[in-house]
Amino acid sequence: MKKQKIGSKLERKEWLAGYLFLLPNFLGFLVFTIIPVIIGFVISFTDYTGFGTARFVGIENYKKMFQDSGFIIALQNNLFYTLTSVPMTIVFSLLLALMLNKKMYFGDGFKTIYFFPNLTSMVAVGCVWLQLFEPNNGPVNQLLGSIGVENPPKWFWSLSTAMISIVIVVVWKQAGYYMIMFLGGLKNIPTHLYESAKMDGANAWETFRYITWPMLSPATFMVTILTFIASFQVFDIINVTTEGGPGRATTVLVMRIYQEAFKYGRMGYASAIGYFLFLIIFIITLVQWKMQKKWVNDDM
Amino acid sequence: MVKKRILLYAVCILVAFIMAVPFLWMLSASFKENAEIFTQPIQWIPKKVKTVNYEKVMEEIPFIAYFLNTAYVTVVITVIRLLTCSMAAFAFAKLRFPGRDKFFLIYLATMMVPWHAIMIPQFITIQKAGLYDSHLALILTGSFSAFGVFIMRQNMLSLPEGLKEAAKIDGCGSLRIFTQIALPLSKTGLATLTALTFTQVWNDYMAPMIYLDSDMKKTIQLGLATFKREFDTDYGAIMAGTVLSLVPVVIIYAMAQKYIVEGVAFTGLKG
Repeated sequence: MKKQKIGSKLERKEWLAGYLFLLPNFLGFLVFTIIPVIIGFVISFTDYTGFGTARFVGIENYKKMFQDSGFIIALQNNLFYTLTSVPMTIVFSLLLALMLNKKMYFGDGFKTIYFFPNLTSMVAVGCVWLQLFEPNNGPVNQLLGSIGVENPPKWFWSLSTAMISIVIVVVWKQAGYYMIMFLGGLKNIPTHLYESAKMDGANAWETFRYITWPMLSPATFMVTILTFIASFQVFDIINVTTEGGPGRATTVLVMRIYQEAFKYGRMGYASAIGYFLFLIIFIITLVQWKMQKKWVNDDM
Repeated sequence: MVKKRILLYAVCILVAFIMAVPFLWMLSASFKENAEIFTQPIQWIPKKVKTVNYEKVMEEIPFIAYFLNTAYVTVVITVIRLLTCSMAAFAFAKLRFPGRDKFFLIYLATMMVPWHAIMIPQFITIQKAGLYDSHLALILTGSFSAFGVFIMRQNMLSLPEGLKEAAKIDGCGSLRIFTQIALPLSKTGLATLTALTFTQVWNDYMAPMIYLDSDMKKTIQLGLATFKREFDTDYGAIMAGTVLSLVPVVIIYAMAQKYIVEGVAFTGLKG
């Protein structure tokens, strides 16, 4: 405080400039992000419907969540989606990065192609894959039929395969994105490590196991956290392809929020689910902060 | 060694094929009549290129309006973001004022909040302001991104402090330092933010779904999704619409691939 008072005229001018530069963005940010964060939290303790006045109901909405089969199924589905899509994305994108890490002819071309699906919208991707996975005459099942698969899956149209179809499409779409992150991590591994491994006569697997994998841990860690967080926010692709079905097989958390809020007008309850989602992401972020130092091999 | 090399290329080409084949299907089906699409075996290259699907998309739905709506919303959001985010970033990176770090902490903290948790209060705000079913709803809720501030700040932090001091001694005010030094030296950040914002807003589906109602105001993703629902089995026409919706993204990718890929690295820093 004292320091501020003895600030020279020039300093004060800089303060003013600082606030003025910040103002336009901060105003918008305040009205459309910070205040909604607070309002949303308050609404989650009410029975607000979007109209009229809201009644304070305490933690009723949060209690209701765990008695609501719709929510529990959505949470289970979402966990299934997370536990399949996260490892599949990591493995697939890491493989792509390892393939393209060497100097090769058309390497940049491959990178361009692998990254492209990531730029397209989930709506477009959903429209295309609905046709690719068409159960009777779609190209995927024609291919399976031609290699002798007798009863090819019905993909989006069957209870047992709908969610895994979504996972396949999402992994296909986002692998190129995380590949770029892994490539960045691979570039940071000093080449002399590989040279000495070669001199010690290490084979490809040993080199990967004892050099690449541990040295890559910052990138792996980052990709894990990002895919984990993103997996709890999946919505677009599901709404375009299966709309949560068949039955409730692909209903996920965000879909519950959307339906409760905008179809049934239960804004209070929907906000509570929204804050549950926030809690999940908050915990993941906390784990990230705590673990970063322990697990990640940042030095060397 | 040679064998290994060949195997590597074979796998790379196979993956490229898996990545590209959905788009080849899309293109191929968009130029076929419906009866020709799910044939056995599949005719990947249409015997005769037909444009009926494109004509149908143009006739059945106000596709051009969707396109223009999206272009309008995208351009306005991009411009506002570039301006306000770089200004805020300049304040955070290069100006000293009381409370600066606390403000920045608020920005960082809210990046953790998923949009889905606050879309309801955002929607209520928009509704109460009488902006439901307007493009302004999308513009206002989409323009003030913490992530944009973060990207630009990261960029401006790397500018040498000496430049600013020298400019100050020459009597340059903050505004001139911003417009004549900070902005021109942050071209990479600006280009990255432009490319990311463009693809993000162009591809956005959920926000338009919540905020827009009348058909003529719809954006491209919303329009395409509605079209898909209404003309469920009109496979060729759906693919034609999809092709058209992808054209701007392909152009941006061709022009700014470097910056888009650079944006990935920034997301890595985000956490």
